[in-house]
Amino acid sequence: MNSFTYNIKQAFQQIGRNKGMSFASVFAIIAMMMILGLFFVVSVNVNLFTEMVKQDYDSVEVYLQDSTDTAQAQTIMNKLETVKGVDKVTYRTKDEALNIMKERWGDSGYLLDSLGDNPLPNSILVKVSSVKGADRVNTLAAKLDGVESTKYYKETVDKLTKVTNFMQAAAIVIMIFLIVVSVVVVSNTIKLTVFARAREISIMKYVGATNWFVRGPFLVEGILIGIFSSLVSAGITYLIYSRIVATIGTKVMTILSSPLVPAGYLSLNLIIIFLAMGISIGACGSVISMRKFLDK
Amino acid sequence: MITFTDVTKMYGDNVGLENASVDIDKGDFVFLVGPSGAGKSTFIKLILKEIDADSGSIRIGDYEVTQLSNREVPQLRRKIGIVFQDFRLLPKKTVYENVAFAMEILHRSKRQIRKRVPQILSLVGISDKADRYPQELSAGEQQRVAIARAIINNPKVLIADEPTGNLDPDTASGIMELLDQINMTGTTILMVTHAKDIVDRMHKRVVAIESGHIVRDEFGQYGYEEAGDQREEVFDDE
Repeated sequence: MNSFTYNIKQAFQQIGRNKGMSFASVFAIIAMMMILGLFFVVSVNVNLFTEMVKQDYDSVEVYLQDSTDTAQAQTIMNKLETVKGVDKVTYRTKDEALNIMKERWGDSGYLLDSLGDNPLPNSILVKVSSVKGADRVNTLAAKLDGVESTKYYKETVDKLTKVTNFMQAAAIVIMIFLIVVSVVVVSNTIKLTVFARAREISIMKYVGATNWFVRGPFLVEGILIGIFSSLVSAGITYLIYSRIVATIGTKVMTILSSPLVPAGYLSLNLIIIFLAMGISIGACGSVISMRKFLDK
Repeated sequence: MITFTDVTKMYGDNVGLENASVDIDKGDFVFLVGPSGAGKSTFIKLILKEIDADSGSIRIGDYEVTQLSNREVPQLRRKIGIVFQDFRLLPKKTVYENVAFAMEILHRSKRQIRKRVPQILSLVGISDKADRYPQELSAGEQQRVAIARAIINNPKVLIADEPTGNLDPDTASGIMELLDQINMTGTTILMVTHAKDIVDRMHKRVVAIESGHIVRDEFGQYGYEEAGDQREEVFDDE
């Protein structure tokens, strides 16, 4: 018999004989992966939000007072252009600003139509090549006549980056714990089948079976448990997330001017990550469960 | 074929085997005798590298066993067939499958297995039981299956650990005839036994171990007056 089909056949038999514990491990892995999935979904979205904000990172928006006329604006622009570290200066009328906002709000953009007067100011968009340049623009613009205020996103981005980093660190710590738990549960499950087949294994060893030959079916058993759990948890996570996107996605998130990562885009990554983890957990669990057994 | 040179194995403060030297040639038939706990099992386990010697050299064919890495142990064991007192057959496999199992482990093709297994079953005299399960067979027949499994891969050495221990005298002599027959094809046989009558009758080389020392190595007799007590002890251990 070809050793691949031999391993698969044996593994299915073992799972069948040991349903209770196999389910226990499947549930443990699913629970772990769902928690992981939650972190994944949240951090992906925070990341996206950060990226969106970062697009404006290299620019300072200088808002003009309503009383500022075009000539004055031109003078301000000329002055800003001479600042070291400034790449480009563009004038943005209040109408352009409103259109950009409408675009970002997407389907909910019609809400902005109900505004009578456009509340947005005319502004000058200053592209800067460095944070220092942005600082200089800030200082200068504050002194100029006709400037209402300036806004630039460095602080926001910094804060968001901190949040993202923290979340990733937390996710890693929690993940490590959960992975350890899953590996232990899987290895215990497999240990049961190992014990059930102890005699057979000892005979195999006497006849000269290599450790990998003996391990094969158990390794496949662990991997099957891992694959099954990861697909189920990827499925559940996808379902929950797509519900969330469908209900709150379009309404709440537009106010933050950032969309949610589409569920379809997320699902492929989710499946890949979960599968990789499921397979490694299953494989590690089975190798660990047999370690002592195969010493001699 | 099997050469022990000054082999010592301690279990803590207890002697398993001490400065043991034995040389068994290719094609020899050797009985290993001695009281329970004398070191016979240690001797066998050392050959199979189930345990490691503390000092000395153990050569099996081309292998220096003490130098083998764990990875190489399967290669060594494929050169050694082993038969146990309790047969150690797999109850859920038929006779045919039990024997074929030893070839599957070596990744032999289905064709090779289909050709070789019936040959061996007929050699050990149980061709007609191929589709039976072990528990449907008599003890003697089960031991024949175990022997078939042990020799199917043409081992250079056959180790028989009390192969007749669970058998009545008639069945036991059948098994001994079979082992003798296998020995005549050139397979070296090392048999651990307590059966005085068998040893005396076969008139082969006898190596006696006591308290971890080899006390006698000569052709002929079992050398102990009463074997009965020791046999009982062995059963108690089971």
